[in-house]
Amino acid sequence: MSAWSRREFLRGSLVAGTGLAAGIGFPKILTAQGREPIKVGILHSLSGTMAISEAPIKEVVLMAIGEINKAGGVLGRKVEPVVEDPASNWDLFAEKSKKLLLQDKVATVFGCWTSVSRKSVLPVFEKNNGLLFYPVQYEGEECSKNVIYTGATINQQATPGVDYLMSPEGGGKKKFYLLGSDYVYPRTTNKILRLYLTKVKKVPESAIAEEYTPFHHQDYQTIVGKIKSFSAAGDAAVINTINGDSNVPFFKELANQGVTADKTPTMSYSFAEVELQTLDVKPLVGHLASWNYFMSLKTPENLKWVKAYKEWAKAHNIPDKQAVTDDPMMHAYIHVHLWAKAVQKAESTEVDKVLKALEGLQIPSPVGPYKVDEKNHHTWKPVYIGKIREDGQFDVVWKTKSWVRPAPWSSVTYAGRDCDWSGDGKGSYDVVGGKRVWLSEKS
Amino acid sequence: MQALVAAIAAVWVITGLGGLAAAGPGALDLEAVARRLAAPATQKATLGELAGSSDPAVERLLRALKDGALYSWKGRLVLLGDDGGLTDVAGRPVLDAAQQPAQLESGQEAVALEEAHFGLVQRILERFEVFGKDPAKRQSAAFKLGTSGDAAAIPILVRAVEGETHRDVRAAMEDALAKLRLRSPDPADRLGAVKQLGRRGSEAAVPQLQALVAEEADPAVKAAARTALQDIDRFVVQRNVVGYLFNGISLAAVLLIMSLGLAVTFGLMGIINMAHGEMLMIGSYTAYVVQEIFQARFAASQDYYFFVALPLAFLAAGLVGLVLELGVIRFLYGRPLETLIVTWGVGMILQQAARLYFGDQTSVNSPTWFRGGVEVLAGLIFPWSRIFIVGLALAALGALWVLLYRSYAGLKVRAVMQNRAMAACLGVSTRKVDAVTFALGTALAGVAGCALALIGTVDPEVGKTYIVDSFMVVVLGGVGKLVGMVVASFCIGLSNKLIEPAIGGTAAAVYAKVAVLLIVIWFLQWRPTGLFPQRGRAATETA
Repeated sequence: MSAWSRREFLRGSLVAGTGLAAGIGFPKILTAQGREPIKVGILHSLSGTMAISEAPIKEVVLMAIGEINKAGGVLGRKVEPVVEDPASNWDLFAEKSKKLLLQDKVATVFGCWTSVSRKSVLPVFEKNNGLLFYPVQYEGEECSKNVIYTGATINQQATPGVDYLMSPEGGGKKKFYLLGSDYVYPRTTNKILRLYLTKVKKVPESAIAEEYTPFHHQDYQTIVGKIKSFSAAGDAAVINTINGDSNVPFFKELANQGVTADKTPTMSYSFAEVELQTLDVKPLVGHLASWNYFMSLKTPENLKWVKAYKEWAKAHNIPDKQAVTDDPMMHAYIHVHLWAKAVQKAESTEVDKVLKALEGLQIPSPVGPYKVDEKNHHTWKPVYIGKIREDGQFDVVWKTKSWVRPAPWSSVTYAGRDCDWSGDGKGSYDVVGGKRVWLSEKS
Repeated sequence: MQALVAAIAAVWVITGLGGLAAAGPGALDLEAVARRLAAPATQKATLGELAGSSDPAVERLLRALKDGALYSWKGRLVLLGDDGGLTDVAGRPVLDAAQQPAQLESGQEAVALEEAHFGLVQRILERFEVFGKDPAKRQSAAFKLGTSGDAAAIPILVRAVEGETHRDVRAAMEDALAKLRLRSPDPADRLGAVKQLGRRGSEAAVPQLQALVAEEADPAVKAAARTALQDIDRFVVQRNVVGYLFNGISLAAVLLIMSLGLAVTFGLMGIINMAHGEMLMIGSYTAYVVQEIFQARFAASQDYYFFVALPLAFLAAGLVGLVLELGVIRFLYGRPLETLIVTWGVGMILQQAARLYFGDQTSVNSPTWFRGGVEVLAGLIFPWSRIFIVGLALAALGALWVLLYRSYAGLKVRAVMQNRAMAACLGVSTRKVDAVTFALGTALAGVAGCALALIGTVDPEVGKTYIVDSFMVVVLGGVGKLVGMVVASFCIGLSNKLIEPAIGGTAAAVYAKVAVLLIVIWFLQWRPTGLFPQRGRAATETA
């Protein structure tokens, strides 16, 4: 098992905590062994269409909880996971979250993947003052008091992807074909990207095409034909937000019609290593993806984490081929430790105190230092661009110099809008005439 | 006119030869060049001199400079290889006084490449890629040079074209040359380039030609550029129409192959089998399983897995169909509603079973010979996998026709379906015929599933994507008629693929489907029995 920084910092914070509590801490921990465990909820689909992506998240969350318990638990109490399977059914997400909060009285919930599942549990968490850690990159335009968003916001994934494509090393692309599945994430992302391209990057409207296909769409002949014409001069790229299985026929058609990655690269925001293991990778080789983490990163922390996960997978009968790590898994793993560190710091599992402790909290991670924003409940992390390799892994071709500030509201769609939950903050606000106007107080 | 062509040709030859002479092996003293490259004061000027070179030794030298593998050793410049060995600028191993391979002293620093010249070296190195071994790389390198607008690349491309044997790569190089010559100071040169691009219908050159029309001073060249743009436009329109037709035919073949089985079970027998999509799924998973077995056991002959999978998919789906008929459907003849509900349930069970066993996303790797396609017109590629599906659909259709209408077994099938009682009186075992016919229908679905795995996904819900379209084809064609189904597939396929590009907006794929659905509904209002109505009694009426 890995005994890296995780256990070290836990021990460190234990010592720090006890030091502060001056003598009260140690007896507390010693007597705490017999106290009842802290329950935490895991709300990820283990069956249905989302299971492929969400089941590995459950594994890393359990693994992180195991590490915490091995290091003595939190506040001297063991952490006990309560696993619920909402079966890729959005209504069931709300029901199960109600059960976790009211019946099991969990201290926090790690869960959700799709935006619609998050939106469906949001009222439950806000009404009952629960705490949700959400690990997936999403379209932004949300900032709940009761949610910590560890995945990327648009400016931590989508816009850096475009920046890279327009840079000399990315091929200096001037035209963009925005292609996605027809639902909220691609539509919102592309709305923001279009504004970003036209307003910030001064790309003319005529150099942007936008297209959506339904879930499970299979026939990309016409669309690939259009892309081919669009990119004939070699100055165009595809921004791909197609979800799940439709990527297979899309990339097969791209390869078969001779659209190559070096002339017309496709930048994808919706699939990572886990999904790549199940696809026919050959047609995708050379295309790009933008994430905050890649399994192939050569940091010492990451090498340790990947090794630890592979051992965990072996011990839990996960086939070796599927024992890969990816971006949402990294966020999910880190946010369990973030929660534990915050509880330790707050010396309480009470949601408001934990939220307070999370403000500006830093933690080591496989991508280096990782931090919760002081105000807006999102996290700071670096952005990487990777090129797909034959083995379903990524070669990192570009990265940001340091971590990127999370912006739940993109400055091109809502100039001056941000979010603040620290101190007297009441969440999202607009700046009107130099003053903050809270959205919740707007009629 | 001829004189002009001759003049252009002469210019080409001269520029080409000029380039050659400069890079002739005898003309270059590598050691001296390396020395000047190593000196900061002369680095930039030397790089400029090397810009037109195609000498592999120069490439080696520049690569070493860029990678920090160029060192000074006992007063001469040497290259550090990946194995740690040293070679001189001409590529010969360097030996020390004891005739042993020379070693660098530790702590020695490589010859520095100034940060400002990094991009220049990168550009020069990219030019060398047009002489590489891999045709695809050469082609893409040529394309990059063409769009770079870098006149220094002209002599290199000229030389590359001379040595090029691959037809497509050669064409790409000629296009790239023409694009670069659009900026030539000589109007005759520009005119030749414009004409060449127009003749080829080179879509890739449109932005450059448009820029030329806007900037050109010479009226003849300007007019020629306008004509060229029109030519390209016309060519693109024609090419697109051919492309749409192929897309339509290819979709029609997909529709045809997935509806063939339904034409038997629903068309001939009148059984509403909602699990038909899942039979297709079984075919897809057969392809997947066979592929995995080949990968594990016979990795050398992996490409052939598909030809094992195809008949196995036929058998597997047929077997499941047989069990379904014997176990469930035979008790429900003549009760279409119950059949519908029960088979729907069976379909869900099969779907969930596949999900539990295989997980959610699996995918079939096309055999290598189904990758890529044939370029029929510049910029228009017909993928092999789709051509194969068109062929397979027609072959399966032909086989089914022969079986039904030209064989004794087919005669029995038709007899039972047309008049069950009379067939039974004449000694035909109608039960057996029913079972085998149903199994045949599902087996055909299995073949379809196996073939469609080449272009799509393999997942538990793959059947859902196809089942509605399949019923639509059979109903539109006129239940029970093979020829009707063929015509219906082509009508739906072609209209879908001709409507889709005509629709603007951001969801053309959906709107095209909706439009086709509306047309079919309207048609069935007008002719409820479909394109080719069945005359006579269906199995259900006589059962």
